[in-house]
Amino acid sequence: MYSKILRTLPREKAFYFFTSIGNYTGESAASLKEFMEKINEVNVKSLEFHFYRGDFEKWIDETLEDKGLAKEIRSLRSLNYSGTMLKEHLRSIVVKRYKELSGNF
Amino acid sequence: MKLKNNALALDATDLRILEALQEDARQTYTAIGERLGIAHSTVYDRIKRMEHYGIIKKYTAVIDGEKAGVKNITAVMTVYTDPKESERVAEKLCEAPQVLEVYTSLSEELLIIAKVVAENQESLHAFIANSVAPTPGVLRIRTSMITKKFKETQFPMIDNSKKLTFIRKTYNKMGENTP
Repeated sequence: MYSKILRTLPREKAFYFFTSIGNYTGESAASLKEFMEKINEVNVKSLEFHFYRGDFEKWIDETLEDKGLAKEIRSLRSLNYSGTMLKEHLRSIVVKRYKELSGNF
Repeated sequence: MKLKNNALALDATDLRILEALQEDARQTYTAIGERLGIAHSTVYDRIKRMEHYGIIKKYTAVIDGEKAGVKNITAVMTVYTDPKESERVAEKLCEAPQVLEVYTSLSEELLIIAKVVAENQESLHAFIANSVAPTPGVLRIRTSMITKKFKETQFPMIDNSKKLTFIRKTYNKMGENTP
């Protein structure tokens, strides 16, 4: 089950990072590992845009099929983080989950 | 008159006929003939010839979306592409019914500019996120939503002093015997 969550998806199922409606950054993630790396790289505006639309949890739940991580990200929303704080918290949740799944503690 | 390079040269009469059709494509050959002082049969012949050569591409209705109660949004999308994939990306965009117009442009980078319509912002975003961004060769996308239209018209055909030559694309099915 864990290996399924860590798989690499085809391009059409990847997560495409936007900064606002219609404005694509050129960055995408086709696996949990890549998603974790991109959180560090993409403009924080893109993180805010997707986070408050619920795009991350939707993709993680429905495409990566990791309900646990989706739930953790959803619960982060009530804390109203933005900017670097959001980036750091998001990154920490995803890194923790990735290490848990890959056995890389 | 047909030129050596398989092009059709339009004279002043042709241009005036096109101008009349751009104003009102539903008027009769007789009405156009009377306006231009030429026989309706001449108007008919000229129009058929221009249709045949693809100079007149089609007759269509210009609809006022607001009056028709259509609440669609229109956006201009600038797609930055890998130069090697640019043509393929443009062709792919042409296949989508939401995309009304597609152009390529050379500035600092190779761009594709496309006019897109969607029911609302969310469906516009879904189209771009799910269909355009994943297309191989797309590097970045910038989208501008149109908020108000000040003018929309066609290129006027009124310069009678100059002969405009429309280069006809080479259609294999049309040989030298075509009118």
